[in-house]
Amino acid sequence: MMADSSRLCSVWLGSETGILKGVSLGRKQAFNFCNTRQLSRDQEVRALCWADPAQSELLLGSVDGTVRTFSTEKGAFTEARRCGEPAEGCFTGLAALSGSATVTCVECGTLRVWREDSSEPATQLHAGQNVCRMRQSPVHRHKVATGGKDNPLKIWDLQRPESPAFTAKNLRDDWLDLRRPHWVRDMAFIPDSDKVVTCTGYHQVHVFDPASPQRRPVLEVEYGEYPLTALSLPPGGQSVVVGNTHGQIAVLDLRKGAVRGCLKGLAGGVRALQCHSSQPVVASCGLDRFLRVHSLEDRKLLHKVYLKSRLNCVLLASREEAGQAAGEAGSQEVKEEEEDEVWDAMERVEEAPKRKTTTEEEEEEEQEEEEVKKKSKKKKKKKKEAFED
Amino acid sequence: MDITEVPVSEDSKGKKKKNKKPKMKSKAGNGEAEKKQQEVVVVENMEKSEPAFPPSFSVSEIKNKQRRHFMFMKLKQEKRKQKMQLKKKKKKEREALGDKAPPKEVPKTIENQRVYDETVVDPEDEEVAFDEGTDEFSAYFNGLTNPKVLITTSDRPRGRTVRFCEQLATVIPNAHVYYRRGLALKRVIPQCIARDFTYLIVINEDRKVPNGMVLCHLPDGPTAHFKVSSVRLRKEMKRRGKDPTEHSPEVILNNFTTRLGHSIGRLFAALFPQDPQFVGRQVATFHNQRDFIFFRFHRYIFKNEKRVGIQELGPRFTLKLRSLQKGTFDSKFGEYEWVLKRHEMDACRRKFQL
Repeated sequence: MMADSSRLCSVWLGSETGILKGVSLGRKQAFNFCNTRQLSRDQEVRALCWADPAQSELLLGSVDGTVRTFSTEKGAFTEARRCGEPAEGCFTGLAALSGSATVTCVECGTLRVWREDSSEPATQLHAGQNVCRMRQSPVHRHKVATGGKDNPLKIWDLQRPESPAFTAKNLRDDWLDLRRPHWVRDMAFIPDSDKVVTCTGYHQVHVFDPASPQRRPVLEVEYGEYPLTALSLPPGGQSVVVGNTHGQIAVLDLRKGAVRGCLKGLAGGVRALQCHSSQPVVASCGLDRFLRVHSLEDRKLLHKVYLKSRLNCVLLASREEAGQAAGEAGSQEVKEEEEDEVWDAMERVEEAPKRKTTTEEEEEEEQEEEEVKKKSKKKKKKKKEAFED
Repeated sequence: MDITEVPVSEDSKGKKKKNKKPKMKSKAGNGEAEKKQQEVVVVENMEKSEPAFPPSFSVSEIKNKQRRHFMFMKLKQEKRKQKMQLKKKKKKEREALGDKAPPKEVPKTIENQRVYDETVVDPEDEEVAFDEGTDEFSAYFNGLTNPKVLITTSDRPRGRTVRFCEQLATVIPNAHVYYRRGLALKRVIPQCIARDFTYLIVINEDRKVPNGMVLCHLPDGPTAHFKVSSVRLRKEMKRRGKDPTEHSPEVILNNFTTRLGHSIGRLFAALFPQDPQFVGRQVATFHNQRDFIFFRFHRYIFKNEKRVGIQELGPRFTLKLRSLQKGTFDSKFGEYEWVLKRHEMDACRRKFQL
């Protein structure tokens, strides 16, 4: 029963009470998955990530220093490992390497790579003090980035753990020649390039390019007056979604450095943001105990779910959307048959309407409209062929 | 051009008709038409016991303000008369039916029409119970700490605020008032923690009147920022009792239903010691209605089993929550658990947050 419910969930969240919550947006249901009979604050989930690219297992990092594995197929926690002391600070980053190794990073700056079998870390390095976040590059799995309070962005190559591959330089001193304070809260690797975008506690968003000789940020954007706590990149690669402690979420454009728009609705500080890998939706969770899913195209709220504890991290699964896409295909077929009759009855209109082609069905529809110029029989034949493909 | 008289307009506009008559005289040169119209007018006047307002007529179409006002008053009186008649009829029917009358309909109020809030706390919910049981107030609610409150103001307070602080200090047991000599709150807070204070209240003043309150739970607790309005000091209250005594009052928290409301309710409850002294017969009430929290302080006495007499003592004020921040006071870098966003949250009249 738990396995069924865990297979349905498309959004996974970690909460402060230690409960892993799975939400199925299509069915509008939320499920709680808990390891122990007794809830305790020690189990507060601080970091959440997929254990493998197939997204069948989740890794959770808790405040007491354990990393637990949760299997979505079985709907239960499969193992737990001790990865550090709670005295060192909470987990600020968790990532999975190929070959069933795990990378963990804690607040005091110790980054460790754990292998499956041993209880001692295989590699250990120090990333400075007060690390706020560690993220793994989706393209190069052995590259990780860390950053924190007064701890500039550092990109580490795990195969060469002695020194960082790239250290960012602080911003230029301000007009009074005072050193600018620096507080990296979150970062993300931009796909298709080497660049890294970070958001800071002083309401700035920076883009760093390790390929360029300049170690200072290539682009700087300011948003709002409150610290930016979370960051996420939508699939386009040209924009970034940031959230701050006041509950304001904004979409910023990275080419020019302007604010594209704000997502409304959140009443509390944003703790985590996640954009879907293919669809233009973004999930946000925060201290006001709600999960909100917004659409990035028109910035409207799609779903809002009340989950009773404060939420710390969110992960989106890319596979449940497949079920929704199948449903869409069915409805599209019906729509096109009706449209066929409508087109037969009406006169032809010259210009074809512009539409975003995000799915195959829509592309076929566009082709359809161009073929309206030909005879209807031919069109019907072609349509049947297209669907049979 | 002949004016084609539409009978509709003649019926309705009483005063306007008078002016129309000379107009008609000047324009319609026909003597007979005049007479007819005059007759019609006379007839109209006589049968005008009840001015009937046909549907195409609207009071706002009259350009003359005085006449428009007059017509509007008439319209209102008409409506009120009809309403009274309806009421009387209903009452008669009700009495006629006697016992078999249908039950009285409940009038719609904004509280009745409140939009369903999914964050309303279910008393049996384990997760919420655990969340509340282990939050920052758990030390107080488990009996481990006693409240000790520090009351201060913004810099250079005026008479009203100073008196308000003193009266608050008599209402809240174990409260100390200190003068804020321009000290930064972030430096005050570690010193308070070192001296075992559990609460910090800062009354903000604007133009000689208190208008804001920051309530900070000390070890590392949430900070709430309220807007204070309608402050009545003791000497402005009518029929009040004598000054409050040193006994700990009982606390009544009304209508804090949602999860946010629960947090705020616990914030207020932790201000007072956990064991009230019933000997003192004093009670402090925090009543939440439509997101406004009303504070009252009373002394009660039971005259017999069923009747209670109450006397209001002490200051009264209303609060409205503006933000709730996790952690001690840090408005720039702190994380907010809830922020009042007026344009989003105040858009619907029937939706409340607390």
